[in-house]
Amino acid sequence: MHIPDGYLGPNTYIAFWIIMVPIWYFAGKKLSAELRSKQVPLLALAAAFSFVIMMFNVPIPGGSTGHAVGGAIVGIVLGPWAAVIALSVALVLQALMFGDGGITAIAANCFNMGVVIPFVGYYTYKFISGSTEITSSRRVIAAAIAGWLSLTLASFCAGFEFGIQPILNHTPEGVPLYMPYPLSVTVPAMVLEHALGFSILEALITALIFAYIQRTDTSVLYGERSRSLKKEPNAAASA
Amino acid sequence: MDKMLRNFAIGLVLLIILAPLGLLAVGETFGEWGSEEIKEKLGYVPQGLEKLSGVWNAPLPDYAFPGGENSESLPLSAAAYILSAVIGVVVCGGLLYFVGKKVARD
Repeated sequence: MHIPDGYLGPNTYIAFWIIMVPIWYFAGKKLSAELRSKQVPLLALAAAFSFVIMMFNVPIPGGSTGHAVGGAIVGIVLGPWAAVIALSVALVLQALMFGDGGITAIAANCFNMGVVIPFVGYYTYKFISGSTEITSSRRVIAAAIAGWLSLTLASFCAGFEFGIQPILNHTPEGVPLYMPYPLSVTVPAMVLEHALGFSILEALITALIFAYIQRTDTSVLYGERSRSLKKEPNAAASA
Repeated sequence: MDKMLRNFAIGLVLLIILAPLGLLAVGETFGEWGSEEIKEKLGYVPQGLEKLSGVWNAPLPDYAFPGGENSESLPLSAAAYILSAVIGVVVCGGLLYFVGKKVARD
């Protein structure tokens, strides 16, 4: 899903820079306002993890290859705004150092994988979890669905961005200048291979890591910290 | 928390070691074709795409050593892949750890 240079015309990739700059700014502000030093190693691990997981190309029937992103679990654990920063750092490094994703398309790729995935992932997880206990098995299902839905929606975004190129950018004779395939090709291609392939992998990874955290220390989960912080003084007082 | 971090770190090291498995998946990725692949598909390369696609030369293109002549050798491409994963982990992890420690509240 790393859009290379040359697939999006300037009107599209510049629009995404204009969208992303305030998102990065706000995410940075939010991170410095909320980040606790206990969370820092987790933030560093999250970016490193998503960088590596994106290198695991898996084949699917039909001859295509792709990968999971790990963005849903990062959003669930760190919160969606911190996840924007973690994933963007990984994506920028992939583009600059490894040519995975274009330089011009950095903002579009950061939007698709670094914003859509953690936000859709986090809110899907929250919505399905409802007010269930933090250790509830329903939350593992919620994490799996969050992983599947978030990557699938991100692939729809990428497919949509691809598919509007022949409409937005063509020669006077109608020859496409950038991504040549229309929406009717790009959206089904991107969405199907993710929905039936890579998103299932994303769902498994999200559920697996979530279940591990559930069994180990739920206080690291975004939004659960304050609850556990409130408990501690009570426990100390009653001891 | 510490035990969890340690286990996550162990998991990450395992992922780095296993990363070359990602090389075994052969096939194309939709929307990430090179110019030659596009030419094969369409018979031409869209003008804008041709112009923009060369705008950046990455030091380790596609997680491989530059030049491309070593892409035939699995040990070499596996080594480049692991090195790339290590660079990714050290730079991403290091940068966020450093910046995170600076901005963290307590």
